[in-house]
Amino acid sequence: MSTSLLEVEAINSFYGDSHILFDVSLTVGRNEVVALLGRNGAGKTTTLRTIMGVLAPRSGAIRLDGKPIGGLAPFQIARRGLQLVPEERAIFGQLTVEENLRLAALTAPNAWSLDRVYEFFPRLRERRRSGGRQLSGGEQQMLAIARALIRDAQVILLDEPFEGLAPLIVRDLVRVSRELAAQGRTILVVEQNVVAALSFADRVYVLNNGHMVWEGRPAELRADPALMKAHLGI
Amino acid sequence: MPSAPLLLSQAFNGLALGTLLALVASGLTIILGTLGVLNFAHGALFMLGAYAMYVVTAQTGSFFLGILVGAAFMLVVGVVLERGLIRLFYGRPHEDQILVTFGAGIVIVEGVRALFGANTQSVPTPSWGQGIVQLGFLFYPTYRLELIGIVAALLFVLYLILYRTSIGLVVRAGIEDARMVGILGINVRRSFLLVFALGVVAAGVSGMLYAPIVSVEPDMGSSFLVEAFVVIVIGGLGSYPGAVVGGLIAGEIISITSAFNSAYSEVMLYAVMALLLVLRPQGLFGSEGRV
Repeated sequence: MSTSLLEVEAINSFYGDSHILFDVSLTVGRNEVVALLGRNGAGKTTTLRTIMGVLAPRSGAIRLDGKPIGGLAPFQIARRGLQLVPEERAIFGQLTVEENLRLAALTAPNAWSLDRVYEFFPRLRERRRSGGRQLSGGEQQMLAIARALIRDAQVILLDEPFEGLAPLIVRDLVRVSRELAAQGRTILVVEQNVVAALSFADRVYVLNNGHMVWEGRPAELRADPALMKAHLGI
Repeated sequence: MPSAPLLLSQAFNGLALGTLLALVASGLTIILGTLGVLNFAHGALFMLGAYAMYVVTAQTGSFFLGILVGAAFMLVVGVVLERGLIRLFYGRPHEDQILVTFGAGIVIVEGVRALFGANTQSVPTPSWGQGIVQLGFLFYPTYRLELIGIVAALLFVLYLILYRTSIGLVVRAGIEDARMVGILGINVRRSFLLVFALGVVAAGVSGMLYAPIVSVEPDMGSSFLVEAFVVIVIGGLGSYPGAVVGGLIAGEIISITSAFNSAYSEVMLYAVMALLLVLRPQGLFGSEGRV
């Protein structure tokens, strides 16, 4: 696919001596929302961490807009417009909401204004002087996504954005994610909440034990209960 | 029971010692918090500052020039030390970092001993700090009083750098989670150089300011290093407010206890630290599960 913005080609990743990813390949097209599904420990988070450069792949290639980014430091990859929103959210608890956002905007060439971010997440405007550690789980997740937005990231890697959140907040975040996709942002999302992920993904990959085992459309996956049961345990 | 004027005088001494400890400890704590390196050379750098002041005042007689030249010298020392040595040990285990900074401290101390001898040197009190001031019923040395003001001003400058600038924002965020700062597009390693150099300058300037009221000798930094460690344990590792408040508390404990029995001043300091570690292991301003 010539319009692929993000290409991952046969990467192998390790934590110390344990081999986690085996020749994993995937592509994410421009303006596409791709979900990466799989059971706990399948290697989903490791895939995102490897793309972000937090973990260096031992072999294989990663390209952003056709240019290799494998082996670069996370800060260099972030400056090329790719942004990981980690599973643990990693909000700076000692910094206020606004400081978290200003920090994220520091090195972004086309950083959004704070106002534009607050229009997206009005709740964050109300909480802008609160310390990160005072935020609820949902607010922390909004802030984590907002940090990617203020950087005007072209590709956003969302790691379990709905984990541990109340259904109402999940619905809200799904709406935001759909809006982002409609705006033409490219998203690769990892989720345990398969239903929520399928509700806004264009395409789906399934990982199992570090191997990519399936690729297709959400409708095809929904129509295949055996596959869902085998690899996702649903 | 010591007399009221003596206690009051010791309280002032505690304030002077406390602000200095705060300045030394704040360098130590931001280096530890941001770089993750426990800098055992910090006491030697404090001593090096005092010697820089000794050399400049002996040559020129100017205290002010001593601060300027001394601070510039410490900045160079900090940059060289980080680029040439500390940087190579960021990814290494803590034991390696402790050994290398401890070793660097020994090299600095012995280098100074080789150059200047083991004798104690003295730095004259600057002209504007001569004499004593009458504070109500208490007479107090002018320089010590001014010292409190100068160090308080420096701590305020450090506060402005940490809380009102972009660099400070990066440093505070880096203390919490350096990896995430990198993920947000910031080259944390570059800020490491700045943080280390800033910490070294803070240690050196403390030594320069302290030089007129103590005897300057190669081992003068070692007790300060230990006390600064106690301060950051009390205040919370990596916390700037913790270093300031911890420094003041430690200074007062040492000074007030001395008024009763000077042999117990350090004992009392460790007793308070031990008590605090039992009640609040993360220190006064520290967050749990850090460092």
